[in-house]
Amino acid sequence: MTDTAQPALTKKDFASDQEVRWCPGCGDYAILNALQKHMAESGADPAKTVFVSGIGCSSRFPYYMNTYGFHTIHGRAPAVATGVKVANPDLDVWIVTGDGDSLSIGGNHLAHILRRNLDVNILMFNNEIYGLTKGQYSPTSPVGTKKKSTPMGSIDRPFEPAQFAVGAQATFVARTIDQDQKHMSKILKAAAAHKGTSFIEILQNCVIFNKDFYATTVEKKVRPERTVDLAAGEPMIYGAERDKGLRFNGFTVERCAADEADVWRPDTPSHAPAVLIAGMRDDPEMPVPVGIMRSVEAPIYETGVNAQVDDAIATKGAGDLKDLVYDGEIWSVD
Amino acid sequence: MTPPTAQDTSAGELPLQQLDRVVIRFAGDSGDGMQVTGNQFTRTSALFGNDLATLPDFPAEIRAPVGTRPGVSGFQLQFSSSDIHTPGDQPDVLVAMNPAALMVNIGALKKGGIVIVNTDAFKATDLKKAKCDTNPLEDGTLDGFRVIEVGINSRVTEALADSPLSNKDKQRCKNFYTLGLMYWVYSRPLEPTLEWLEEKFKGKDDLIAANQIALRAGFNAGDIRELFQGQYEVPKATLQPGTYRNVMGNQALAIGLVAGARLAGLKLVYCSYPITPASSVLEFLAGYKNHGVVTIQSEDEIAAICSAIGASFAGTLGMTGTSGPGMALKGEAMGLAISTELPLVIVDVQRAGPSTGMPTKVEQSDLLSSIFGRNGDAPMPVVAISKPSDAFELSIEACRIAVQYMTPVILLSDNFIANGAEPWSLPDLDSLEPFPVQFTEEKTEDFQSFGRDEKLARPWVKPGTPGMEFRIGGLEKAPSSNISYDPDNHQAMTDMRHQKVRNVADSIPTPEVDGAESGDLLVLGWGSTVGILRQAVDNARAKGQSVSRIHLTHVWPLPHGLDEIFSRFKSVLVPEMNVAQMTYLLRGELPDHDYIPFNKVTGQPFLVTEVEAEIKRVLDETAGA
Repeated sequence: MTDTAQPALTKKDFASDQEVRWCPGCGDYAILNALQKHMAESGADPAKTVFVSGIGCSSRFPYYMNTYGFHTIHGRAPAVATGVKVANPDLDVWIVTGDGDSLSIGGNHLAHILRRNLDVNILMFNNEIYGLTKGQYSPTSPVGTKKKSTPMGSIDRPFEPAQFAVGAQATFVARTIDQDQKHMSKILKAAAAHKGTSFIEILQNCVIFNKDFYATTVEKKVRPERTVDLAAGEPMIYGAERDKGLRFNGFTVERCAADEADVWRPDTPSHAPAVLIAGMRDDPEMPVPVGIMRSVEAPIYETGVNAQVDDAIATKGAGDLKDLVYDGEIWSVD
Repeated sequence: MTPPTAQDTSAGELPLQQLDRVVIRFAGDSGDGMQVTGNQFTRTSALFGNDLATLPDFPAEIRAPVGTRPGVSGFQLQFSSSDIHTPGDQPDVLVAMNPAALMVNIGALKKGGIVIVNTDAFKATDLKKAKCDTNPLEDGTLDGFRVIEVGINSRVTEALADSPLSNKDKQRCKNFYTLGLMYWVYSRPLEPTLEWLEEKFKGKDDLIAANQIALRAGFNAGDIRELFQGQYEVPKATLQPGTYRNVMGNQALAIGLVAGARLAGLKLVYCSYPITPASSVLEFLAGYKNHGVVTIQSEDEIAAICSAIGASFAGTLGMTGTSGPGMALKGEAMGLAISTELPLVIVDVQRAGPSTGMPTKVEQSDLLSSIFGRNGDAPMPVVAISKPSDAFELSIEACRIAVQYMTPVILLSDNFIANGAEPWSLPDLDSLEPFPVQFTEEKTEDFQSFGRDEKLARPWVKPGTPGMEFRIGGLEKAPSSNISYDPDNHQAMTDMRHQKVRNVADSIPTPEVDGAESGDLLVLGWGSTVGILRQAVDNARAKGQSVSRIHLTHVWPLPHGLDEIFSRFKSVLVPEMNVAQMTYLLRGELPDHDYIPFNKVTGQPFLVTEVEAEIKRVLDETAGA
C-alpha cells in the first residue's frame, strides 16, 4: 500500500504504470513531463488530484498520471469536471483538452466553465490540427489550411483561444510552449495558484500531421524575436537583445523601442487589453504573446453553490425528510 | 349501476342533490388563470375529503394570441365520494371563458352536460379570433346541453367597483369569480382559497382583497341569481385509512429522489437543463437545499448529464432530468455512465414526439429508446412511474438500483403524471429500508476497479481515498480499469454489463395479477395508463367478462414470472400511448404468447370507454374464432 502521507513525492510517483502511447517526438511528452514535475514540486496529493479529459490525443493524458483520472467523452470534460468539483470542492481538478475538443465539439462547455469560474485548471493542447482522426483542420487552423478534408484549403476563420477565453470572462488566461519546460513550469505554477478557472493554451507540436506549425513563431531559434513573454507589472519587451517593446495606442498595439514599452497589466477591470494583445497573433509583423494574458479575481462557482446549501441549512435548519413528505395541507382518514 | 351524475338532475327540483362523482373542465385563454382555478378546486376538494384525479391540458406557448383556439388552456378534474383512478372520460360540466375555449372543448362534454359560458366574451371580435362564423350561443352548437350564461366580465367589474385596481387588473380576477361560482354549485368551502390568496399575494393587499371579493361574488351569484336550480354535494370519499396530502407527480418524484439519496447515505447532486415538462423537478429540488440537495442548472442537456456523472464519480449521487429531446442529446453520456459503471438517475418525463413534438402533451413513446437507444450494446435498467402517488417510492427504487448495481437508471414519467395531482397516502418514513453505500477504501490483494460482487456490481472508490488512485473512461477496459482492446476482454465485459442489468430482476417482485389468476384476457399496462386500465378492467369484470390486469413498474429488465402468468391467459392486451413499443419488447423477450397491441397517440390519455370497447372487441373476436 502506498503511504501518501509522505510529503517527499518525486516526479516518478506521479507517473502511472501505463505505457505512454503518443507518437515519438509528440509535444505531449514534454507537457506530461512538466506536469509530473509540477505535481511533485508543488507537493500535490495524488489522492486528491483528479485529471479529467475529453477525447483526442491530448485526452489520453489522465491514463499516464498516477492520480484519479476520468477520460470522458468528446468535448465534455468541463461539464464532467463541474460535477466533480461541485460534489467535492476539496479535490484538485485538472482538465486536459485539445483545440478540437475544447473549441469545436466542446466550445459550449468551455465558455460556460469559464464564465462560472470553477476553481480548476484547463490545459488546452493546441496543435492546430485533428490528430487522433488523422489530420483534418481544426478550429484553430489558419484560413487556407490544406488537409485531407480541405484539399482546396480551409475557409473558416480560426478561433484565437485567448480571445475566446477572455470573452467568456475567464479569470486566468495564459499561453506557453511545449518546447519551453522552464516557461511551462512557471505558467503551471501560476495557474495552480490562481483561485478560479485557469485556462492555459499550450502550443504543442504534432509531428505527424502538423509538424513544426509554429516554426516561424515560437520555435526555439526564432522565439526571442517572435514572442513576447507577458508578466504582470513588467514592461512588454522582447527581442534577442531585449530592445523591442510594445505599447497601446487606442485600440491597437504597436511596436516601439524597449524603453517606450507599456507595463503589462493582466488585471485591468476591462478585458480589452487582453483581447488586443491576443489578437497580435494574427499579425505576422507582431510578436506572438505568451505568458499571462489575464489574471483577475471573481467569485468561484462551487463555493457559491455549496454556500447556498449551507445558508439554507443555517436559516431553515437541516431538513428532515418528514418536512418534505408531510408538507402542505395534510388530512387523515380513520 | 351507473352512479348519478350532474345531468341526471337537470330538472333541478332539489335544492341539494348528492352526487357520487363529478368531472369538471375549466377552459379559458392561457392567460385566464385556468390552471390556478383548477388547482384551487382540486386543493379544496382534497381538503374536503374527496378522492380525485386531475388532467391539466395547456398549450406549449406561454401566451398564444389572446382568444384564439391554440391559446386555450384547460384543467379537468374528477372528484368523488368513492375510489376513482382517472380524471374522467367526459366532463359533466364545462366552464368556457371564451368562444375558443367553448369550441375546443364542447366536443368532449357529456351529452346533456352543463356548460357555463362567459357571455361577455362572445362579442363579434371574440368570435372572429376564435374563427367562429356564427355565434355558438345562438347557432345550435349548444343544443342538447344545459347552458348557463353569466356575464363574468361585467359581474367582476361591478363587484370590484370600489377596488383601487386598474380595469385590466380587475379583469384578471375573473377566474376567482368563476371559481366562486363553482364552489357554490358543488357546496365547497371558500376558506382554503381565501387563505391561499393571502399567502400568495402577501404584501399586496389590493390584490388579495380584489380576488377575495371576486371569489365571494361568484359564490353569492350562485345563491342569489338563481342561475342554477340547485346545489350539488359530493360527499367525502371513503379513502383507505391513513394520512393524506394532495401531490403533483413532479413534486412527489423530487421528494422521492431526496429520500433515495438519503437512504443511500449520499449527497444528491441534480444537474438539469430546463425543458417542459421536467423543469419543475429542478425547481422543486432547488428549493430543498436545506436537505443538503445541490442543484446545477447546466448550459445544455449534455452538460447536465455529464456533470451528474462527474458528481457520481466524485462519490455523491448524480442525477439529471429531462424530456424526450433531451434524452436524445444525453445518449452518448449515458453510454459513458454505462461503460464506467457509475450510479446515476436519469429522469425522463416523456412527452409526445418525435423531435420537439408536442411538449405539453402526453405519450409513452420513449420506452424502447430508454432501453436500447444508445450506441453499442449499452444496457440500462428502466423504471416507470405510473401516478403521482407512486412517484415517491419508484424514485427511491431507481436510486436503489443505481447504487446497488453501479449503473445508470432511467426513471420514466410522463406529462400526465408530472402535472397531474391526486391524494397521496403518506408513507411511514421509518419503514423505508435504507441501502447505504459502502465505498471501497482499502486495497485488498485481489482488488480491481472493475472487480465484481455477487450481483456483478463493481466497487465504488471515491477520489480523495489515499492509495486507491485509478483511471476510468469510455474506452473499453480490462477489469483493472486499464484500456484494453483485447477481443476476449470486450466479449467478457459486454456480457458482464448485460448480465449485471439482467440481474436487477432478482431484486424486484413479480407483479400481482389484479383479478382472476387465469382467464380469457390479461390487460398489461405500464406507466400512466394504470388508472384508466384499472377502471376499464373493473367495468369489464362487472359485466361478467373474463379479464384480469397486470401492471409493470420495472420495464427493464422485465420481472421474473411473467412467462408463467401470461401462459394462464388466452391473450394479452397491451394498451399503450405509443406505436406498440411494449408489445414489441414482449414479443422479443417472451415470444410464446398472443399479444394484442392497442395504441393511441393523440397526446391525450386513453378514455376508459375506449379501453372497455377494445376489451369487448378482443373477447368477441377470440370467442368467435
